Amino acid sequence: MPDSSATAIAGEAHGEHNPALLHHFATEEQQRDSSNLGMWIFLATEVMFFGGLFCAYLIYRGWYFGDFAAASTSIDAALGGANTAVLICSSLTVVLAIWAAQTSRRGLLLVMLALTMLFGCTFLGIKGLEYKDKFEEHHVPGASFSFDRVQIPGHPDQYANPQHAQIFFALYFIMTGLHALHMIIGLGLFAWLFWMAWKGRFTPEYHTPLEIGGLYWHFVDIVWIYLFPLLYLIDRHR
Amino acid sequence: MFDNFPLWPERASTAAANVDALFIFLLIVSGMMTALIFTAVVYFAARYRRRKGVPAEQIEGSTPLELTWSFIPFVVFMVIFAWGAVVYFQSRTPPRDSTEVYVVAKQWMWKLEHAEGQREINELHVPVGRDVKLIMTSQDVIHSFFVPAFRMKQDVLPGRYTVAWFRATKPGTYHLFCTQYCGTQHSGMIGNVIVQEPAQYEAWMSGGSTGPLSATGEKIFAELGCVTCHRTDSQGRGPNLQGVFGKPVQLDDGRTVTADENYIRECILDPGARRVKGFQPIMPTFQGLVSEEQVNALVAYVKSLAQPATAGVKTAAVTAPQNQSQDQNQAAGSQVNP
Amino acid sequence: MATATPQPAAQPGVQAIERENYLNKHYGVPSWLFTTDHKRIALLYLMSITFFFFIGGFFALLIRLELLTPAGDLVQADTYNKLFTQHGQVMVFFFLIPSIPAVLGNFLVPMMIGAKDLAFPRINLLSWYLYIIGGIMMLHCMLTGGVDTGWTFYVPFSTAFSNTKVIEAGLAIFVAGFSSILTGLNFIVTIHRMRAPGMTWSRLPLFIWAHYATSIIQILGTPVIAITLVLVVAERALHLGIFDPKLGGDPLLFQHLFWFYSHPAVYIMILPSMGIMSEIIACFSRKRIFGYTFVALSSISIAVFGFVVWAHHMFVAGISVYAALVFSILSYAVAVPSAVKVFNWTATLYKGSIRYDAPMLYAFGFLGLFTIGGLTGLFLAALGIDMHVHDTYFVIAHFHYIMVGGALMGYLGGMHFWWPKISGKLYPEGWARLAALIVFIGFNLTFFPQFILGYVGMPRRYYQYPPEFQVLNVLSTAGATVLGIGYLLPMIYFLWSMRYGKPAPDNPWNAAGLEWKTQSPPTTYNFEEEQIVTWEAYNYEELDAPQKQEVPVAR
Repeated sequence: MPDSSATAIAGEAHGEHNPALLHHFATEEQQRDSSNLGMWIFLATEVMFFGGLFCAYLIYRGWYFGDFAAASTSIDAALGGANTAVLICSSLTVVLAIWAAQTSRRGLLLVMLALTMLFGCTFLGIKGLEYKDKFEEHHVPGASFSFDRVQIPGHPDQYANPQHAQIFFALYFIMTGLHALHMIIGLGLFAWLFWMAWKGRFTPEYHTPLEIGGLYWHFVDIVWIYLFPLLYLIDRHR
Repeated sequence: MFDNFPLWPERASTAAANVDALFIFLLIVSGMMTALIFTAVVYFAARYRRRKGVPAEQIEGSTPLELTWSFIPFVVFMVIFAWGAVVYFQSRTPPRDSTEVYVVAKQWMWKLEHAEGQREINELHVPVGRDVKLIMTSQDVIHSFFVPAFRMKQDVLPGRYTVAWFRATKPGTYHLFCTQYCGTQHSGMIGNVIVQEPAQYEAWMSGGSTGPLSATGEKIFAELGCVTCHRTDSQGRGPNLQGVFGKPVQLDDGRTVTADENYIRECILDPGARRVKGFQPIMPTFQGLVSEEQVNALVAYVKSLAQPATAGVKTAAVTAPQNQSQDQNQAAGSQVNP
Repeated sequence: MATATPQPAAQPGVQAIERENYLNKHYGVPSWLFTTDHKRIALLYLMSITFFFFIGGFFALLIRLELLTPAGDLVQADTYNKLFTQHGQVMVFFFLIPSIPAVLGNFLVPMMIGAKDLAFPRINLLSWYLYIIGGIMMLHCMLTGGVDTGWTFYVPFSTAFSNTKVIEAGLAIFVAGFSSILTGLNFIVTIHRMRAPGMTWSRLPLFIWAHYATSIIQILGTPVIAITLVLVVAERALHLGIFDPKLGGDPLLFQHLFWFYSHPAVYIMILPSMGIMSEIIACFSRKRIFGYTFVALSSISIAVFGFVVWAHHMFVAGISVYAALVFSILSYAVAVPSAVKVFNWTATLYKGSIRYDAPMLYAFGFLGLFTIGGLTGLFLAALGIDMHVHDTYFVIAHFHYIMVGGALMGYLGGMHFWWPKISGKLYPEGWARLAALIVFIGFNLTFFPQFILGYVGMPRRYYQYPPEFQVLNVLSTAGATVLGIGYLLPMIYFLWSMRYGKPAPDNPWNAAGLEWKTQSPPTTYNFEEEQIVTWEAYNYEELDAPQKQEVPVAR
């Protein structure tokens, strides 16, 4: 479409294009593809970011398996499981929100976005409960940490090394804390998307922010899908 | 070379000659390559400088040439790699029956203790022609034991042993440097390695010591009560340590490890980490209750239980073991692997 | 035009009316601080990194002054430790890593591919803000006590023993790291999605290929050092035991995580400079780079292989012999593509039509110095040699040959080459050639003696040393003084040229590349019309064809 390209290049007059098209892009398709690719690359950087933590975790878990198993049994897998369900549901609502935008269902879009945020807040609330429990049990690493005479699962007469258990908890808090921070950022993102949806900015032709916001949310969900079994379910079958 | 303008370090160990040979080979290869590139660039720059009416000739490339000048360097690189690997492997494999010296690094000094018991600070006396193995650990941060004249360097880590060895070939006094940055007085953590003729070395050795390190270890073994569980006459609540050093040990999770210096040390400081199969997990940890030097002495003692007499050491207090283990030829020079 | 003689844009006697361009379109500080124009952001970066270069250079000056004498008599030991730490941190994170991508990359990548801007202009501005915030944090750290852990932050010294502002320095670098990530992200999306019609991958300038490879490293490697610094900060602040052996941790884990980024980081520093080399050598030889495809692919393979060699920094750190073997052999693999590039550039000179303008002098300097630096890398990759020279001045000489002799020479060459485009002015050619020569001589005098110092055994990070090392140290310091002068000259005459320099024509070098089809300086949106590319890169044959119309030649 030479006309709109030339128009876009000159940046003089607004031709017949979506007001959301930014002037340095030639077409809406280029803008949409760029936004998508940009978000995928950003998620790749997030994989590497979390990856360092997962690497450290896997190494120490290999070395101190029994101690890690003991520490793992002391965090609440029921709460963790509930959180997993909550996040999976929230990913469903995200997908439905995008479908709603694609099919011009503004009402449904708003409901789905709101539900997603509600699920996100639920997740954070349950996380807060878990952290509170850990604090009360003195499992927070630092001066008041204690982990005496905790049995290693499957070895009735052996107790976990508190130092190694402290490493587990340090990684637990850092990994779930970093994840929670990403959740909070995601909530902020979705609040902004809700506001944009409220203003009617999304159409079947243009809802890129929803798509890339959705990608981010799915990523945060997937990180949790890895965190949950690795942290909560060590040797649970014993 | 020149006294205040050294162009080459002294060569005072068997490894030095090997390292220098590889270095000289690399100098030659690099020199040739540098000369080639420099000559080509200068020649082309001059020969093909801009001249009126003479345009540049567009040459796309030449795949055969590209493959050639990828393949030939690659082959040369592999030769260098292999040679370097051999030298490295030799340097990291201490011979059996090396004389052992325990090194404890701390900010900012080197504490050394010979197996025979002599202690030194920032100095290491060794005889010419003897294999010397250093078993090193740090009390605080990472240091590095570096003797340029021996072409020998090994980082010294807190929490575990690292090992290095050399055989000195020339009497003299050589620099010892700490070469892993360790804080304020990093550049002051220097000393000397003093290589002596065997006769002089014996003379120096006899100049007073507290007895062999393994004897010190035996005393600590008794003082700390180790002997109550690790009896030597029968199986106690803990494994019999007679002849255990350097041998494979079955762990309770099914793995097998070699009982090297690092394993013995770990058993003392973190007994739950790798438990021996068939024993109750009742050994207390001695972390914080023993110094690095005491751990070294204990390790030396356990080593001395491996054979009746260690090379060059007169162990006055070792009783003849009742249950001699079958395999006598286990190496004391086991590799200390992470 | 068959020649590349710089020509004034205006006729003598007629006052040139200044055309509207990106510099004069809007005035005022807010128009700069809130710009989204990639060219203005490039200049914002230029000012910032130059500022930090002076700071890092000042620390280097103090280091070399201290090392004039064997005794530690200029500064105290703790001060010296802060000097080399901060010299390294500032130079690596606040100068070298951003330099070429954030200045020349930002400026040129859109123009070279025929785009109006990068894919995400606001993210581009954000990346500069993050750089500035990180820089301010770093400055504050240095002014309120400094940090003395070495730029490598080894534990447990940095987590449990140092009494300096480790946390602040770590966080400053963390923030600056995101600047690097966002720049890389922007470049990758731009190169994939915003190329003008007809600009296929095989028609891209090699500068673009180099920046693409660099960006891959930036996005995949930088997050790892980010999380590593988070762990160090957490450990130090909360007394955790992730790296502390007294608490069950492993100090070597830190080294693996640190070097997993910091080795690819050195390729972030050198690849863009290699891209510049291709542009300069092609232009001043008037021919296409020999073996374009191989040079492009070697950039990508360096980026890929660069990720699997990190533990060659740890050969004597306590890793197993077998791990060391693996990393040594892989390190030789990564050396091959770099060697191939040097051969290709040299072959480009063959049957060229060569001019010795300042950018080309920097290119010649690069060829020599990078060759030496790269060859000494072979020494270090050899396990048997590394045992002896690791953590000595040999390593320092090696990496300065690459980073200063390689990356910085490329940066300076590129700044000279594109200065007319960026500023619309010509720099004084005589002074520029003199400066290039001074830099080359000063550089070699500074760093060649350090190879010898390293082999005879002088360790790194020493502020006092045995007296027999003094002569070599004095030579090195003398060279550093000369080098400093060589760096000051371009600062001075570039600034001078902005006011008093001759106006530059749109294409003073008659160079190939879409950026030269814009005016000097360019307008805000770069191109008046959409560019449709029907020619290969480095079409010097057409550019130099006398009196011919520009006929696109399908190859």
